[in-house]
Amino acid sequence: MEFLNYFDNVFTVYHIALLVGGTFAGIILGALPGLSPTMSVALLIPFTFHMKPESGLILLGAMYTATVAGGAISAILVNVPGAPANIATAMDGHKMAQSGKAKDALHYCFMSSFVGGIFGVLILIFFTPPLAALSLKFMSTELFWVAILGITIIATLDAKSVIKGLMSGLFGLMLATIGEHPTSAMERFVFTDHLEGGVHIVVGLIGLFAMPQVWNLLENFYGRKNEVFSATGDSTLMQSFRLVSGKIKALSIGSIIGSVIGIIPGAGGQIAGIVAYDQSKKVSSNRSNYGKGEPEAIIAAESANNSMVGPSLIPLLTLSIPGSPTAAVLLGGLLIHGIFPGHDIFTKNTEVVWTFIDSLIIAQILMLIIGLFLSRHSKWIMKVPDNYMAVGILLLAVFGTYSIQNDYSDVLIMFVLGTLMYFGSKAGFSPVPVVLGLILGTMTEEKFLLGNMIGNAKGSSFQHFTSGTINLILIVLCLASIAYGIYSSRKSK
Amino acid sequence: MKIVNITKVALLAIASLMLMPAQADYPDKPIGVMVAYGPGGATDFQARIATLASGKEGLIGQPIYILNKPGAGGRKGWNWFASEASQDGYMLGAYNVPHFIAQSIVFDTKYNIDNLEPLGNWGADPAVLIVGKDSPFNTVGELLAHAEANPGAVTISGAGKFVGHHIAFLQFAKASGANLTYIPASGGVDALRMVKAGETVAGFNNLSDSARSAADLKILAVADLTRHEYLPDVPTLMESGVDVDDSSVNFRGLMVPAGTPQDVIDYLASKVPDMFGEKKTVGKMKATNSPARIMTRDEVVSMWSERQAYLTGLLAGLQ
Repeated sequence: MEFLNYFDNVFTVYHIALLVGGTFAGIILGALPGLSPTMSVALLIPFTFHMKPESGLILLGAMYTATVAGGAISAILVNVPGAPANIATAMDGHKMAQSGKAKDALHYCFMSSFVGGIFGVLILIFFTPPLAALSLKFMSTELFWVAILGITIIATLDAKSVIKGLMSGLFGLMLATIGEHPTSAMERFVFTDHLEGGVHIVVGLIGLFAMPQVWNLLENFYGRKNEVFSATGDSTLMQSFRLVSGKIKALSIGSIIGSVIGIIPGAGGQIAGIVAYDQSKKVSSNRSNYGKGEPEAIIAAESANNSMVGPSLIPLLTLSIPGSPTAAVLLGGLLIHGIFPGHDIFTKNTEVVWTFIDSLIIAQILMLIIGLFLSRHSKWIMKVPDNYMAVGILLLAVFGTYSIQNDYSDVLIMFVLGTLMYFGSKAGFSPVPVVLGLILGTMTEEKFLLGNMIGNAKGSSFQHFTSGTINLILIVLCLASIAYGIYSSRKSK
Repeated sequence: MKIVNITKVALLAIASLMLMPAQADYPDKPIGVMVAYGPGGATDFQARIATLASGKEGLIGQPIYILNKPGAGGRKGWNWFASEASQDGYMLGAYNVPHFIAQSIVFDTKYNIDNLEPLGNWGADPAVLIVGKDSPFNTVGELLAHAEANPGAVTISGAGKFVGHHIAFLQFAKASGANLTYIPASGGVDALRMVKAGETVAGFNNLSDSARSAADLKILAVADLTRHEYLPDVPTLMESGVDVDDSSVNFRGLMVPAGTPQDVIDYLASKVPDMFGEKKTVGKMKATNSPARIMTRDEVVSMWSERQAYLTGLLAGLQ
């Protein structure tokens, strides 16, 4: 219970001010597409240069926590996920907003983020040594199977038809092959200089979600079929609380899956939300309502992406191996203050590290309070006329895309992909499998090639991929996931 | 009509004012530094520290901001820098040697040592040969004996193709004559993970990162001409009997595109080494375990052309 001793350090006026400021700014930045958690934390690091180590880390931790939750706001209100972690939230969250329940959806989102977030930090506090050892067991072959497991859920995720889901997923996988070949560093499928660096995941995310939304809004406006989001009697905070606290199954699936994915090096929150969404759908009694505005879907996805935050720090703090892209940036923040990750970090930097971890708990609480407060004002965004909304989203999309790599080519890629997606959505294709294909394609290819090289050096690549407990468990999960997909699509016929 | 003319004249006057030679009162606005890697990486992180003092009296005299243009292992940013960056001294770039030189030899890039002008060098991070802490090997000799008995079975990870680690591997394999397998991970952090987890038998990685992780690793040798102050007990590869020099050392510094006015280059070249050597900056570099090596423009020019000549020969056999 050592962690209880350092709350004193967090409760100073200065630190609370940092926490409130960091959390508030984090929620807003997280809601802006393109300013992903990784980007926000990276932008903040120079500001902590002149602070004391614990103050700097408190600010960075609050930012990390809040941006992950903030990404759900834009996912729910305008169907544009703030970061890849919030893709699953957009599917049902925006449907709820369209039926006038934006505030409810935001309530569910922040309450479940809070539960997941606290769960994740508790895992970090109590299970760091054993989980650090476990995270080292995920090597190239294991990560390859994790990616394949993600691919098996693409087809059934958000499609009215399995064939269209598979086609969109394949398109995403193909997009992922543009650019540098992972192991030879040669370029392939680069027909113009604009594609030199491949298609960045967040560029794809913004294009595929934001641009179709812009065209749809303009179409509505000029077609004069303005959708009116009349609030159909918002429920109170208490009602939302009762609903969320009743969804134990969705909350625990989300929190556990998020924590497990958090400790896997490199997988990160990008897929935590989507995997939790899929698993909770498989065991839910409201299965048929998923994709149509199901609260459980939001709860599972948001508890997962926030519970990932704490555990992603486990391999970072003890092994100097970050569990998510944002944790990787946070490593720079630790080093600048002379805190070198290692097994002895809790004994060598006791005070700083425990103060940092304690502040993460406080950050979760502040995230909940500020988030719920902001939810009350969501109706103003829903009342913006379609034409203004379209321009607003377009501005954010261009600004967000450019700021990722300071590259105009990215804006062109975003625009072209998004316009294609607009026509695709007319034909019943969904952007979700495309983005998932883009995320998982890179990971699958790279891990396969590396695992294959290492396997060949050991004698047999096939044996390398099919031996080891974790590999075998993952293979069984992949097979079960495919079998379930076939079974459920047969049954629904 | 007259009003139009007056407006035209006024506009012309303003335009000509703006076109006044930039160097007259250079620098009169903040200066950018293009980093060809993402935020948070070692190059980005060190570039931010190394340029902290730029606004001080007597140094460059203007603050410096960082512009990240990551992609394709640095190629995207450097291509942009050599072909599109402004040549007025308001956009500097961070270089990584041997990375950009090796890439310009192997790939069809828009940059090479002839269209870039160095200003000064702030850091030098040598590659070190590492194995996991549970590895049976304690010396370079033991590792090579194992490689001789099992050709191809010794896997060595590094941060990708045509970066310092890869160059160190190529030199090591050539000088020792052993049959080794290079595993190009997606970055230095992932390459280090492979060694800690025992996924690969060994690895070449940054001295700074490896020294920090000493509890999870055994550091067998340094790929440099002399031992390093952070690791006084670790021998060089030459001391271990393998003839590998310092060609893989990761040098970091600042440059401008060719075509930048000579007096701007001279001005920057006279200030940049002092900026790197500013007391607070040196302290921050040390505190973050970032190995510094300050070099002047002339020293970097000759270092670049030495590397160019050596790498052309080393990489010729690969294609």
